[in-house]
Amino acid sequence: MNNKNLLNLIDITVSFEGFLALNKLNLNLNKGELRAVIGPNGAGKTTFLDVITGKVKPTKGEVIFKGKSLIGRNEHKIARLGVGRKFQSPRIFENLTVKENLEISVTTPKSPLNLINKNIKDEQLDEIERLMKIVNLSQKVNLKAGSLSHGQKQWLEIAMLVGQKPDLMLVDEPVAGLTDEETDLTADLLKSLSGENTVVVIDHDMEFIRRLDSNVSVLNQGTVLCEGTMETIQKDKKVIDVYLGRPED
Amino acid sequence: MSQSKIKFDKKIVLSFWIILIALIIAAPTILPVFRLNLLGRYLSLSIVALGVDLIWGYTGLLSLGQGIFFALGGYCAAMYLQITSSSEFPNNIPEFFALYGVEKLPFFWEPFRSPAFTFFAIWIIPALVAGLIGFLVFRNRIKGVYFSILTQASLLVFFNFFNGQQKLINGTNGLKTDVTQLFGQMVGSESMQRIFFWVTAILVIGAWFFAKWVVKGRFGNILIGIRDDEPRVRFTGYNPVIFKTIIFSIAGGLAGISGALYTVQSGIVSPQFMTVPFSIEMVIWVAVGGRGTLLGAIMGAVFINYAKSLVSEALPASWMFIQGGLFILVVTALPEGVLGWIQGDGPRNLLQRFGLKRKIETYPSLEINNEAKK
Repeated sequence: MNNKNLLNLIDITVSFEGFLALNKLNLNLNKGELRAVIGPNGAGKTTFLDVITGKVKPTKGEVIFKGKSLIGRNEHKIARLGVGRKFQSPRIFENLTVKENLEISVTTPKSPLNLINKNIKDEQLDEIERLMKIVNLSQKVNLKAGSLSHGQKQWLEIAMLVGQKPDLMLVDEPVAGLTDEETDLTADLLKSLSGENTVVVIDHDMEFIRRLDSNVSVLNQGTVLCEGTMETIQKDKKVIDVYLGRPED
Repeated sequence: MSQSKIKFDKKIVLSFWIILIALIIAAPTILPVFRLNLLGRYLSLSIVALGVDLIWGYTGLLSLGQGIFFALGGYCAAMYLQITSSSEFPNNIPEFFALYGVEKLPFFWEPFRSPAFTFFAIWIIPALVAGLIGFLVFRNRIKGVYFSILTQASLLVFFNFFNGQQKLINGTNGLKTDVTQLFGQMVGSESMQRIFFWVTAILVIGAWFFAKWVVKGRFGNILIGIRDDEPRVRFTGYNPVIFKTIIFSIAGGLAGISGALYTVQSGIVSPQFMTVPFSIEMVIWVAVGGRGTLLGAIMGAVFINYAKSLVSEALPASWMFIQGGLFILVVTALPEGVLGWIQGDGPRNLLQRFGLKRKIETYPSLEINNEAKK
């Protein structure tokens, strides 16, 4: 482990009544890195995110984020430390407007007293405006988030994630159900976010992963099978066997 | 179009307030004492309904135990009234103690000699009890139907305790307030009841504005967020436990105020305030009026209770069927409650069904909402 590492997962094992969802998983992330995580269904991709965000407590192992252990911390404390998460299906607050959704994400401090007593700060309003421009929702500020299209919801959730200003962004299947054009835009957006932020993207869509042009970790049966660039893993015999199948051409 | 609509809305709001205030001032002269007293009681019940709307309509916590906090407020008020009116009784303590051979006032009665203490106790004690119960439940992440069952179980615990403690608080008989004295007047007298009516009316409006203030802005949005997707709120960095404890505590405080006002206007507080059906009725008022509308909770509480007394006078024994039918109707046909239905597109949809109104071609929001047209 060195100073450049933002996150270290060390020998993480998660056992659900004997079933090993994660089995001695090791993974290190550098600051500013964009990392794609792929794997067949049941490989443990979502459990992997659950462990980092505190939703699932690992049976064994250690999670080190910015030099601090995350084990035993509550979800909201981990979020405040700088871990943000976007869920598989868009999880936004459908009964609130686009702007209200973003207000929830950019507000700091996130204490009841601050929320009930004070108005939102000007710089936070500016940030909301900036985010809405990035994800093309400026026209829909006061619409209920529930009335947005699927793609717009995905983007709103990404904007909420960015608004949280996390050091580590965990993005679970951001392009599920998006059109090709939207997928391309999302890939560009995520690429532009890395560098300043550290981004982990989980997805099935090979075209999308290729477009991200990042290091890829392949999960299988709860452990990291292989790591490297897209080219390296596509040539890896084990990966081909469990996941990719024979090359198309 | 929207400009004139806003002006029109303002006029409606203004005239609504003028009519409301005029009615409140005039009510004691228009209504016979009996009806006025009933209206005052039902208005006080609308304060507990506001609390139910805050925790259930906004935050998604279906509490079936609001009767606890309602009764606690009532007991606080009744204890003060009894103790200040006990100078003629043996040992200078409330009369009922003599029945059970109690000669010394139980220690927890002592602070209720002070009107200032009582004034705060009426809402702070129920709020603290609610906060404590809430914190323990929410910290253990008990929610949904388990939360409802737990609140109902707590209600039964409180009911059985109060029901059995003759020597402390007169057990099942409760504490009478109508023959006690306040400011040198009998609490049950006509002039006092008129004052209580006005106090209640003012407090209902005050509680309504307070509740509106709580749910407006980001705090209220977090409550709605907790209702719709609590884990998402956690992952955004908020601690739902604190938010839920605060709002449950606020609802408890409102229930206490409501219980105190109800007690002085009905003349007695007893463990009957903590029966299971009564706490469920509170939920029904809010469901019928409209969850998450605040005003709907007030209207639900007042109208259902008024209907209850009118129906019970005309056709005794049939009220329970009507109330049950009303609840089923609302759950199946108007899940948003009456006010929620009106605020939604309910009336227009109904008129369309009978061909009385032009059908709109796109989503309503696109035709009505100028913002969306862009």
